[in-house]
Amino acid sequence: MPLLKTPLNAVHRALGAKMVDFGGWDMPVEYQGVLDEHSAVRERAGLFDVSHMGELEVRGPQALDLVQHLTVNDASKLKPGQAQYSALLYGHGGFVDDILVHKVADEHYFLCVNASNQDKDYQHLAAHNRFDASVENAGPRYAQLAVQGPLATGVVQKLTDIHLTPIKRYHFVDGHFSGAPARIARTGYTGEDGWEIYIAPQFAERLWKEILAAGADAGILPCGLGARNTLRLESAMPLYGHEIHASITPWEAGLDWIVKLDKGDFLGREALVKQKQRGLTRKLAGFEVQGRGIARDGYEILKNGVGSGWVTSAGVIRGGPAPALNKNIGMGFLPVPLSEAGHAIEISVRGRGVEAVTVPMPFYKRAR
Amino acid sequence: MYPENYRYTKEHEWVHVENGVGTIGITDHAQHELGDIVYVELPKIGTHVEQAKNFAVVESVKAASEIFAPVSGEVIAANDALTATPELLNSDAHGAGWIAKIKLSVPEEIDRLLSPTDYQAYLGEG
Repeated sequence: MPLLKTPLNAVHRALGAKMVDFGGWDMPVEYQGVLDEHSAVRERAGLFDVSHMGELEVRGPQALDLVQHLTVNDASKLKPGQAQYSALLYGHGGFVDDILVHKVADEHYFLCVNASNQDKDYQHLAAHNRFDASVENAGPRYAQLAVQGPLATGVVQKLTDIHLTPIKRYHFVDGHFSGAPARIARTGYTGEDGWEIYIAPQFAERLWKEILAAGADAGILPCGLGARNTLRLESAMPLYGHEIHASITPWEAGLDWIVKLDKGDFLGREALVKQKQRGLTRKLAGFEVQGRGIARDGYEILKNGVGSGWVTSAGVIRGGPAPALNKNIGMGFLPVPLSEAGHAIEISVRGRGVEAVTVPMPFYKRAR
Repeated sequence: MYPENYRYTKEHEWVHVENGVGTIGITDHAQHELGDIVYVELPKIGTHVEQAKNFAVVESVKAASEIFAPVSGEVIAANDALTATPELLNSDAHGAGWIAKIKLSVPEEIDRLLSPTDYQAYLGEG
């Protein structure tokens, strides 16, 4: 099957981006370099094409009932214009996907889902839809641009009449963005303040260029999936297929805070209650490599030379302003007693045990 | 860009032979493809390496890449500067970013390597 392309594919190539196959999508991994792009978002602003992300529209008198039945968080708490991080689970308690639920109106919810999961998620919703609600796989109708970083609000404000400052984190407004109908949400996947802007695909190229021009003074950089990955890793945000998948439950992934057992029944609830009663055997932990070597996704984690777990995500980030040494951080699953911070572990790198230590997560938290 | 007196491999290593000793590194093209380089696993001095066999590892922010020896011989020096400043491979791949020096055991192997012209033609085809 040919790779899927976002409406900005030619723009990325013209910028000299390195392109990779990301879950079937031809996506930019970096433009001028992951470390610089990461720093731009932490210190200034970065622009990401995230048009590969999927969108599902749930509408109808029982739209909320369908969302409540299939997600772990309590969507009944949402007011119009509010979004929440949530997850779809199977009956056995493993993840179908992690998602953002936006309440547009009483009978309309807008779900942002992972690119490679959008068809699966749509089928999941359709298969369990015994409610008076419709589900639309709306991905092709949307492009999505993310503007992230401490200077992001100023950049986005230049292109919209909507007064952005009063919009709180995890809230959104429908309006116009440089003349294009847009959903402008104060959300993101970087651990930084920022905005995710949903628009029709035909506006993507013009708006991409306008954002870069509007952000030039702020030092905005186009950023690829490489920086998106290290930014979310540093903020300890899970990535589907790594920290979460069908064999992992929210308890194991450390996502207890999104599970609302008291909201009423939902798919997977019974399995989660049972697992909680039995107790967990493994849990997601953060680590920092101290020895010489680079941890990578999938590497085995050892304790005193004995296989004890596996690395789910790892990356290299700047340890501070140059010439500080780079840091190699990561997340992985470990037996519960080892998952607490302060345990000496080893990462098996090409057959050699490289020293590491478990550390608290997130690795980075922005100053507020 | 690609020094005249170096020889190159299709795996994007270079070797500069002087007095029977080959200085070895990765090409500018290779460092550009790898992106920000963050770690280099240097070969141990005294080990014997075989042409086209793995003898070092260069890791960028994106991935680990095995480096193949362009010539056979004994490792007589490794560039320890890369331990603290692996980014030398990005900034000066053909100079300060050299990886190791090998005392050639089969000097005629050099004839099987690419000239700068052939290497650049090879890159052009890619």
